[in-house]
Amino acid sequence: MKRRNFIQQTAATTALVTFGGLGLQSFAPSTAKKITILHTNDVHSHIDPFGPNDGRNANKGGVARRAALVESIRQENPNTLLLDAGDIFQGTPYFNYYGGELEFKLMSMLKYDAATIGNHDFDNGIEGLYAQLPHAKFEFVSANYDFSNTIMDTHVKPYKIFIKDGIKIGVFGLGIELDGLVIKSMYKETKYLDPIEIATDMSRILKKEKKCDLVICLSHLGYHYRDFEEKASDLNLARATKDIDLIIGGHTHTFLPKPTIEKNSVGHNVLVNQVGCYGLYLGRIDFYFDSDKTKAAKGTSIIV
Amino acid sequence: MNYKHFLFICSLLFITSCNEANYLTRIEGDRLEINDSLKGIDSIDQFIEPFRNQVNKNLDSVISYAMDTYSKTDGVLNTAIGNFMADLVFEEGNPIYKSRTGNDIDLVLLNHGGIRSIISKGNITTRTAFEVMPFENSIVVVELKGVVVKELIDYLKRAKRAHPISKLQLKLDAEFEVLEATINGNAIEDHNIYHVATNDYLYGGGDRMDFFQKSDSLHVLDYKIRNAIIDHLHKYDTINPVIDDRFIIIEN
Repeated sequence: MKRRNFIQQTAATTALVTFGGLGLQSFAPSTAKKITILHTNDVHSHIDPFGPNDGRNANKGGVARRAALVESIRQENPNTLLLDAGDIFQGTPYFNYYGGELEFKLMSMLKYDAATIGNHDFDNGIEGLYAQLPHAKFEFVSANYDFSNTIMDTHVKPYKIFIKDGIKIGVFGLGIELDGLVIKSMYKETKYLDPIEIATDMSRILKKEKKCDLVICLSHLGYHYRDFEEKASDLNLARATKDIDLIIGGHTHTFLPKPTIEKNSVGHNVLVNQVGCYGLYLGRIDFYFDSDKTKAAKGTSIIV
Repeated sequence: MNYKHFLFICSLLFITSCNEANYLTRIEGDRLEINDSLKGIDSIDQFIEPFRNQVNKNLDSVISYAMDTYSKTDGVLNTAIGNFMADLVFEEGNPIYKSRTGNDIDLVLLNHGGIRSIISKGNITTRTAFEVMPFENSIVVVELKGVVVKELIDYLKRAKRAHPISKLQLKLDAEFEVLEATINGNAIEDHNIYHVATNDYLYGGGDRMDFFQKSDSLHVLDYKIRNAIIDHLHKYDTINPVIDDRFIIIEN
């Protein structure tokens, strides 16, 4: 991945030098770019589609079909990222028999770019998660799990930056508090850090220091807790922070028919999305960029 | 334009271009359903196939036989399927617990909601065990003082549900007050220690069984309930659990 970024950057510089000789006119036409973000959450080992007799989700889901959909979107727009918001494991016998190997291998075949870690990804213990890492050709991001005293140390990054068509996209991960959800002997010395504080730091680093055009949070905090308003959730996160463009959520298996538009701490729009569970849906968000400032001056239109 | 001017313009352009901003003008969101209108990619399906065949072969292998259909809704305060579950947790869990601690399990308490499926009359396969117990919960044994076991009994009489129990005998009157509560035929003594087997979900406060948190010590058997069911079914070629008198109401 790093190598590819480097090549892209080099190519951009070369193009620029060529332009330089042509004079000012070359800059007159504005350039429009489009980034597509595809996402899943809480797939819970649902690899095969639901059968025709399933009471709730008959004939829905299935990895092979998701693969076809992702591929067609990538053909339409190569500047696409595919992300997952955690709870990849647990839910069908595939997990019990193969411990997550098949899930990671298939996600690699679908060319997932990054995922964060859900509470159920600890269901075979932190060693069980670690043992499956060689099957994952994508990266895990989590900024508020401190794995430094565990076997996962150095295998999870707080964030990852992708460059697509010259657009810099910073993706960071957030996980839910494990105490009470997962037995301590499973997550061992994994330390849970305050997600809102961490997200405040992460978004500042990605937007201000790393100059990302887009900041995406992959969150397994849960959409919102009606009975526990104060509990860290995606909606609370959106409201309490700034510089995040999109929060891709999970955990609460919330089927949002369309992304929620929330105001952040400085009154700017943040999108919060979640596509339920079991791979029944694929979320899609397209971001359109233009180099012409006058077009952006009218504000960003959001069509959901 | 001399050479220096040209360079100056070039570097100006370079700086501008380097900082060429990308302004976000529009965002579109959509939710795409994965359904049978999409044709799956064959190579992905072919990759899954051997895994699927292996899992199905194993799941569909017959491991025992049910004499009848057992449902958690058949019975008032104890059910055949609940008794089957609680008794097998004792039978499969006790040898492990005894070999580790030297103690016997005194009673078992599971939860009615934890039985997720019926057992149908006829062949029982491994898949049945996954249906009855799809969760990954494991057996734990907690040491409770008699006074806390009385809280457990209080919970059972208030819940008025067929939470599966084993080795505990509980008789209530028509007003759901305790007439008799015994473990191995003996009354419960406040200061005695009782070894109570349950699962880690309930120990953690699931179904509001908060009394488990008052235990002095916790023993994790590293033995999943589902695996105990499978091991048990491998041992018995036929099962025939019944509703009995372990947890009943005595009408006046």
